[in-house]
Amino acid sequence: MEKSFKITTSEGLHARPATLLVSSVSPFTASVELLYNNKSVNLKSIMGVMAQAIPVGALVTISANGADAEELISKVTEVIISQGLGEEC
Amino acid sequence: MLEINGISVSNGIALAAAYCLVEPDLSFEKVEITHVDSEINRLKEAVAKTKLDLEAIRDSAIYKLGEEKAAIFSAHLLILQDPEIFSALEAKFNEKINAESALDEVCTMYSGMFESMDNDYMKERAADIRDVCKRILAHLLQVELPDYSRISREVIIVAEDLTPSMTAQLDKQFVKGFVTDIGGRTSHSAILARAMGIPAIVGTKNASKNIPNGSPLIIDGLKGKVIVNATEDVQAQYRASLKELEKDSKLLKNYITLPSISADGHIVEIAGNIGNPKDVDAIIANGGDGIGLFRTEFLFMDRVELPTEEEQFDAYKTVLSKMDGKPTVVRTLDIGGDKELPYLKLPAEINPFLGYRAIRLCLDQQNIFRTQLRALLRASMYGNLKIMFPMIATLDEFRRAKAILLEEKQKLLDGGALVNDQIEIGMMVEIPSAAVIADLFAQEADFLSIGTNDLIQYTLAADRMNEKISYLYQPYHPAVLRLIKMVIDAAHNHGKWVGMCGEMAGDEVAIPILLALGLDEFSMSPLSILKTRGQIAKLNKDQLNDHLEHILQLKTSIEVEHYVKKYFLNLK
Repeated sequence: MEKSFKITTSEGLHARPATLLVSSVSPFTASVELLYNNKSVNLKSIMGVMAQAIPVGALVTISANGADAEELISKVTEVIISQGLGEEC
Repeated sequence: MLEINGISVSNGIALAAAYCLVEPDLSFEKVEITHVDSEINRLKEAVAKTKLDLEAIRDSAIYKLGEEKAAIFSAHLLILQDPEIFSALEAKFNEKINAESALDEVCTMYSGMFESMDNDYMKERAADIRDVCKRILAHLLQVELPDYSRISREVIIVAEDLTPSMTAQLDKQFVKGFVTDIGGRTSHSAILARAMGIPAIVGTKNASKNIPNGSPLIIDGLKGKVIVNATEDVQAQYRASLKELEKDSKLLKNYITLPSISADGHIVEIAGNIGNPKDVDAIIANGGDGIGLFRTEFLFMDRVELPTEEEQFDAYKTVLSKMDGKPTVVRTLDIGGDKELPYLKLPAEINPFLGYRAIRLCLDQQNIFRTQLRALLRASMYGNLKIMFPMIATLDEFRRAKAILLEEKQKLLDGGALVNDQIEIGMMVEIPSAAVIADLFAQEADFLSIGTNDLIQYTLAADRMNEKISYLYQPYHPAVLRLIKMVIDAAHNHGKWVGMCGEMAGDEVAIPILLALGLDEFSMSPLSILKTRGQIAKLNKDQLNDHLEHILQLKTSIEVEHYVKKYFLNLK
């Protein structure tokens, strides 16, 4: 399962947005990766996400794999949209 | 019993146990281990304990500081539980090293990775990683870290120095006083102590090294000393004096609803200084007539990036709404000097107080300035907003700042936004050049506000952070008094009002002189409002005027102080 987003939050995926994303996916058992600029990191790792230094305007793909992958993707989509972090594309 | 002398920054007495903020020793040896599993368990236990700590800190921070400031601890919790970091740690154990070393090496690797990024914001994240690792390490070594956010009994804080971010975490309910090694009357810890209405002794040089944690302390704010391990007799004596003081402050409560008026009917405004929206409550609780200084830089401090226009708008709107139509003077960003914003990455200066700060910085980095002005203008519909610019030295600076403000206002109006039409635009007079040509400023500004902390240091060329020359911080120096007179007279000649928002406005020796000089607005720590209103109620301005000429001819600060004390203090 995967879905792509365009990051719209003005500062990019800094500490606060990264915290929101990582917290939203951590409770799920499925594994989840964040792909940006041909590099993939564990979305459950705040260090991994922040180290990507994803700027505003970036296109990212989130892919999940496991029993609750679908719920995970719908949760993370909800967080991205409702917190104004990005938009679906 | 040991007595330690220092500089008292607010009168009062406090009795409580010492709480020493000292960096603990977290050194360890790198050793080879044989039982990898038990070492991993040791680490897991330390991580679990750290998690409990951080959750407790986050929860109390949410309660005391709000969600936004507490967010940093949520980030720390995620770092702690980061699966990548944990795999890196597990891999380290293949080298058969102890948990402390494994942690240290992984921490160094990750923080190094962030430090080497060419994004300044990311560089600072290295500090978060080190902070989390430090907590884990402390548990491994079974060393207790000082955690001032979790203090839950009455204490007197003892430290080498207090930083703004340390004090932001203090639960003010339990902190009865401060004792610090460094600092002077206008240092951060001193201002904070006055804002909290607690006594503090600063500049003790070595109190933090001589006061054992937990020992009973007495702060005598009047005499400027700390007594360690006082005898029962001495303690009883101080408890009695403390009771007296509390009785006096109860009497002052009568002034909450009374107007600020002298014995002969001269009305002034007694306002308060604030740093953030929370402080408004103290102004209201003390019956302040308004806000004479909103130090907006506190909205910019203790964070990792600039506050957005929306965040600022919310803060200004909250303050203006709470003040319910009472005058609210907001000072635009005054950063630089002793107030740094690490995320702006300003180069260090040899002479920061004479350097790139306040309006100088704002006129140069206009995006920061314009964002703040837009937030203010939009919030102006919610109350009685007055805007002033800090550190104005030349007429040109004032004109440029005002032009930018009017430009932003026009843009907002063009965009269909509502902006209050009655906003007064004024300036701080804190540089001697501005005081000397106050008559020229008074023609273009709607009001002048004298910032005495800086005006005194610039007039006497005395760095107020330097304890060696603290004797030069002389509010009653004839030169300072004459400058103040010049500013007040100049403003009144042009029909403008004058305020004062430095420490001097709430100083009992200065108040009779300022009243005689015709100062319109006295703005001070909210805790001083009632005392000042009580003092002014007993003063007769007409009678003071007869002494004014004589006071202005006195030759030294000491002469002025003695004269005022002799004739105008302790009036019953």
